[in-house]
Amino acid sequence: MSQTTNALVLDCDPYSNEFLEDPYPFYDQIREAGAVVRLEKYDVWTSARHKEVHDALADWEVFSSGHGVGLHDSIKVKPWRPPSIILEQDPPLHTRMRKILMDILTFDALKRLRQTFETEADLIARRICDQGFIDGVADVAEAFPLKVFGDALGLPTQGRHNMLSYSAVAFNSMGPQNEVFLKSLVHSEEIVDWTMKQCAREALAPGSFGAQIYEAADRGEATLHEATLLMRTFMTAGVDTTVNGFSNALMCFSRAPEQWQILRSDPGLARSAFEEAVRLESPVQTFFRSVTRPTRLGDQDLKEGERILLFLGGANRDPRQWSKPGEFDISRRAMGHVGFGHGIHGCVGQMLARIEGEILLKALSQRIKEIRPTGKPSQRLNNTLRGLATLPLEIIPA
Amino acid sequence: MPKIIFIDAANRKYTVEAPAGRSVMDAAVDNNVPGIVGECGGSAMCATCHVYVESPSSGASTPVRPEEEVMLEFTASERRSNSRLGCQIKLNDTLEGAVFRLPERQV
Repeated sequence: MSQTTNALVLDCDPYSNEFLEDPYPFYDQIREAGAVVRLEKYDVWTSARHKEVHDALADWEVFSSGHGVGLHDSIKVKPWRPPSIILEQDPPLHTRMRKILMDILTFDALKRLRQTFETEADLIARRICDQGFIDGVADVAEAFPLKVFGDALGLPTQGRHNMLSYSAVAFNSMGPQNEVFLKSLVHSEEIVDWTMKQCAREALAPGSFGAQIYEAADRGEATLHEATLLMRTFMTAGVDTTVNGFSNALMCFSRAPEQWQILRSDPGLARSAFEEAVRLESPVQTFFRSVTRPTRLGDQDLKEGERILLFLGGANRDPRQWSKPGEFDISRRAMGHVGFGHGIHGCVGQMLARIEGEILLKALSQRIKEIRPTGKPSQRLNNTLRGLATLPLEIIPA
Repeated sequence: MPKIIFIDAANRKYTVEAPAGRSVMDAAVDNNVPGIVGECGGSAMCATCHVYVESPSSGASTPVRPEEEVMLEFTASERRSNSRLGCQIKLNDTLEGAVFRLPERQV
């Protein structure tokens, strides 16, 4: 740590294995160093405090997504794939694309999905009770969204795992070309090929969310090319994030058995339990923004063109915002966390994710008495996401 | 600090005080008014802080922006001409005594 004119400069590397493995001590260090500090290695601003992260996310005109939301300015450095047509755009294009997705993900549409989600969640709960010893990642956290989200999206049942690999590369590509990114590139050509094929209209089931994107194109709300890109974003952003959200939630419960008993005695807490898990172990840890005009954030003056790394996962554990921020407490009011982002780029599928999380946790809590860890969970390192590779558990049926 | 009033679907009345600049949703949540959820934390993304603005009839101090307009289509209870998202109405002195009715359900 060193002091320049007035901004603290930190020398930690948020893309090192050590950081990605356990970012929380680093977040504490960054947060306590200042509201907004410099990261020497990448020559960018950063913040891990709730207020500053929240304020920057809220102000898209000053903190733009149009230059990409990863480490590199996507206009200066050619990204791994063409930028997302919604996540990495500013209004008016962003607004037009987002409206298409919002029109699909209506309250009534989500309500209609509830019953099929419940059936599937119960099936998984019964299956893992029979199995006894399970991998919480493959058997629950992946199995559930690959089935229910895949169906809702209208994808064929074959090859859905490719969505996870695709999205891992896409989120890794938001960091530097480190080992984590390069490793995920293995087989990426086939995976990209598969993904783009599923984004095509012919691949999608009639009436599905995916098909509805193309119907919006038929109505003139988007070009066919835009519809394909929107479909790609839907797939990238909708699966890996929820998989991580569920595996992280299971891990939280396996570490805090008393919280599982609280959930069992009041399954109505399932929704807030999922919310709390997203706060504590946020599936998306980081997003960048570009400063469009001179501005002040925290106690620092930021110049036009500068980039800032916002630690969503750090903001969500800021003691200025939460009491005992590192504790998993399903009875707390976790709302206001930035795990789904905030402002115009806030996760468009967040209500769908909440319904999935609520239904899954409720179904599990009704069938399972105890979730016991049988080994150390292993992290699946990713430059943007936080989630597990494996989560060995013993399931004790109720 | 403006004082505002919430009336829930069962006609229970809650009078709360909150500093100018906080939103109507914040005011309800900070004071534990049941019937407002505010799940997305004030991003206009969940429509779980739906209120019916009873008075003043002018609605509220801030105009409806496009993102709120879209979300108002998502409300769990019926959308009416005086429907707003509480998170998008910032408190100020002109809202002193304003009355917000709460819908039957938010989720």
